[in-house]
Amino acid sequence: MPLRFNLVVGGTLFALAVFVGLFAPWLAHTDPVMDANLLNAEEPPSWTWWFGTDAQGRDIYSRVVHGARISLTVGIVSQLINTFIGVSLGLTAGYLGGWWDDFVNGLTNLMLAIPSLIFALAIMAVLGPGLTSLLIALGLTNWSFSCRIARASALSLKSQGYVQAAKVLGYGNLRIMVTQLLPNMLGPIIVIGTLGLGSAVLAEASLSFLGLGVRPPYPSWGSMLSEARDQITTAPWLSIFPGLAIFLTVLGLNLLGDGLRDILDPQSRSTRV
Amino acid sequence: MLAFAIRRSLQIVPTILAVVLLIFVLFSVIPGSIVSALSDEGRGAIDAQVAERMQKELGLNDPVHVRFASYVSKLATGDFGTSFRTREPVTSMLAKRAWPTLQLIFAAMLFAIVVGVPLGFIAALKPGGLIDMASMIGAVSGLSMPKFWLGLLLMYLFALTLGWLPSFGYGDGGLMYLILPAVTLGVSPMALLARTTRAAVLEIMTADFVRTARSKGMSELRVVKWHVMRNALVLILTTIGLQFGSLMGQAVVVEKLFSWPGIGSLLVDSVLQRDIPAVQGAILVAVLFFLIVNALVDLLYVVIDPRIKYS
Repeated sequence: MPLRFNLVVGGTLFALAVFVGLFAPWLAHTDPVMDANLLNAEEPPSWTWWFGTDAQGRDIYSRVVHGARISLTVGIVSQLINTFIGVSLGLTAGYLGGWWDDFVNGLTNLMLAIPSLIFALAIMAVLGPGLTSLLIALGLTNWSFSCRIARASALSLKSQGYVQAAKVLGYGNLRIMVTQLLPNMLGPIIVIGTLGLGSAVLAEASLSFLGLGVRPPYPSWGSMLSEARDQITTAPWLSIFPGLAIFLTVLGLNLLGDGLRDILDPQSRSTRV
Repeated sequence: MLAFAIRRSLQIVPTILAVVLLIFVLFSVIPGSIVSALSDEGRGAIDAQVAERMQKELGLNDPVHVRFASYVSKLATGDFGTSFRTREPVTSMLAKRAWPTLQLIFAAMLFAIVVGVPLGFIAALKPGGLIDMASMIGAVSGLSMPKFWLGLLLMYLFALTLGWLPSFGYGDGGLMYLILPAVTLGVSPMALLARTTRAAVLEIMTADFVRTARSKGMSELRVVKWHVMRNALVLILTTIGLQFGSLMGQAVVVEKLFSWPGIGSLLVDSVLQRDIPAVQGAILVAVLFFLIVNALVDLLYVVIDPRIKYS
């Protein structure tokens, strides 16, 4: 695909999702939770009800718009936690080396041996369902890739001349890591973070779909699909629009991640799939 | 080869022990988690005396290392404990559900290989062409699509509208019940396989040995069959292996959507009911499956590519 295609299409789709999430109260026609009216139940999409209504007569368009806010917030916050954990561990392991590096390496391999959704389910089993548990579960289970990237970058950067110069000038380890190494590894970290954000949005939707994340009546795209499952025969639009919102957002993030990789991490272009 | 096979199999053991330790820490050391799970599904506060009695019955007052040793020794004999909810041994619950999960994963992988690998090949043979663009857009879409949404759409179209396939359940375990869940589960590995195959073939097509083969006058079909395919196979196999393992995780959602009676749906139901022994058992089986598949893939490398030597 052309170099800029990924970046433009992906960036537009993600920017649209963020815009919808930010301005949800102004874009929505009705309150997504309170404005139920059984007289309008299961109306198909029309000029009045753009995406139709559900069994309680709530406007699906308004719920999808507000769902963007919840789904993206969970995705972004959990991915920030993942990136923070991954980069902190990887950067310190790569730079300091020794037993700490061995420990972090072992921990990363262990995390890679457990499918992240299954590990998230285990954490949810301990903490119980809910939004906070969801954030913790998603934030603790997907840091291994950013850790690997940060470690590999730190290993290759620490022998560079400017790092040696900083050492000679008497900079402490923390200062070298934060001011010298971190800015030079931001490119690949942003790429991994963007791709991971897509996975986080999907994981939030999956866990909410399974009844473990955002609980009804609050709309997240996954919980809306969970509610819609039983009405797939009578009201298929209940499934189509929230699913389409997840699909387009994740597609946007995946394309954006690919596009950013072409620009920020061009060395990987020849080896990537 | 045999020595390598034995060594590679033994490498699984420390990882399994680490996973067992992690799961043990997660569920047992966090104060009150099991007791609160047993009482009122963790929603309400419980009587201190009841909590104390339960702590004693479950051996939670013992030192951590004693509890861990007892947990590991039970696991070593295949004892995963007893389900809090059904009072059935977790081992027999897992045994009943293992076959449906394996059926689903193998069928999904078969679909992914049969569709994804040829698609990647065709795309790579004419890069930049219409088929290449279409298949790569399809591949990115396949990776971005939530499985439960795709499953719902397939269910709506093929089961509820056209009536060609059953919408959910295991039935008699026949093929008709397997098709929709397997296709749903197989779409993202299929997309990834198509991308990997395309990338591998494109890289190999420019290799010196392919140019040499062509310059010797070898037909394009033979070049692709003898040189490109065999060399691409290692990368394709790696992707298949990694995807095989991760399908266990992805199967959770698909099994729940299609009411498929596998280990994934057992895991979700157990999490919802906070049936901790069943959750622990299901997670350990899933991880074990992932590790065994990866070890098998490593062994297959040696068979496929004689240049790979393990010391």
